[in-house]
Amino acid sequence: MKNIKVLGSGCKNCEITANLIKTAAEQAGVEIELEKVTDITEIMSYGVMSTPGVIVDGNLVHAGGVPVPDQVKQWICE
Amino acid sequence: MFEAFANLIVYQLLNVSRDSELGATLHFFVMDTLKIFVLLVLVIYIMGLLRALLSPEKVRDYVRGKPKWLARTLAILLGAITPFCSCSSVPLFIGFVEAGIPLGVTFSFLIASPMINEVAAVILVGILGWELAGLYIAAGLTVAYVGGMVMERFKPERWVEEYVWKIHMGQMQALAQDNSLRGRHNYAVAEVKEIIRRVWKWVLAGIGVGALFHGYVPETWVSENLAGDQWWSVPVAVLMGIPLYSNATGVIPVAEAMLGKGVAIGTTLALMMSIAALSLPEMLILRKVIRWPALALYACVLAVAFTLVGWGFNSLT
Repeated sequence: MKNIKVLGSGCKNCEITANLIKTAAEQAGVEIELEKVTDITEIMSYGVMSTPGVIVDGNLVHAGGVPVPDQVKQWICE
Repeated sequence: MFEAFANLIVYQLLNVSRDSELGATLHFFVMDTLKIFVLLVLVIYIMGLLRALLSPEKVRDYVRGKPKWLARTLAILLGAITPFCSCSSVPLFIGFVEAGIPLGVTFSFLIASPMINEVAAVILVGILGWELAGLYIAAGLTVAYVGGMVMERFKPERWVEEYVWKIHMGQMQALAQDNSLRGRHNYAVAEVKEIIRRVWKWVLAGIGVGALFHGYVPETWVSENLAGDQWWSVPVAVLMGIPLYSNATGVIPVAEAMLGKGVAIGTTLALMMSIAALSLPEMLILRKVIRWPALALYACVLAVAFTLVGWGFNSLT
């Protein structure tokens, strides 16, 4: 199962990003483990300053802003 | 084109009289809404297509380890072209501190960033013309440069929260970028959606205030009180701008209406800067990394700087 983390201190864009990922996974019928990381120390440990960032199985795939739906699909289906 | 369209809607479809206050207000509102949103979409899309915008991570890499004057110059210039959501202020601040970038330089960046951005710059030119756009940007960059320097004098390090010094940042992994035309287009569309979603309320509110000012405030009252002869009009404008907040794009229509009625340029610029750069929400977010004395100092330094800018321009014109 894929582990996806959304990095962000809880601002609106982070919520939107998390929801995008959740819906995309449901639509694709893929089970994922979705985590919201709000702890600043942990966010910074990935080297990310512009939130929201997205981590898929430990790899940074996105930072700064809401991702495009096509991108999200790719993360889930790959 | 926008003018003709606004004429059609307000004077013909809604049948409001051209000479009435309501007519003037509605006309301003319709025309500016069209103009600003069309410009917004165009500018953001083109910037997105070129991927011209810098990420704060890149700015940090450019600025770190440079001599102070160069670091500060880079920080304000990059601050002006780096869009970041105010919710990123905390990681940004910590990231700069962790890179060993002097706090004064970080403050310069934090001042420049909300006050000037590439989107607002283009809209400034479109609505107020080259000259005023240039004045606003030059004044903003100067305030950011000097403001950060003054902050540094007060040794703000002592007000930084303890935990900030302890955070160690990881190395950011390189992100794969889809640089095909399709990838760029998708990215640009996403940028348009995101930025418009973030700013549309501020922009509409700004246009609304501008329209009311344009329609209902009598010119004689303006020329008696705000034409630049009274020394106190600038500090009052700055003080008014502190509790008010809008983003840099939202203050443009307000400035347009004020200048149209003959408010002095310095007073208008001071109000614009105060509204865009000083905001309570931003302060509350920054409170997570620095304590109140530093924030109060930050607000005071900026208020004084904007007042000086206002007086300066008023005495020149």
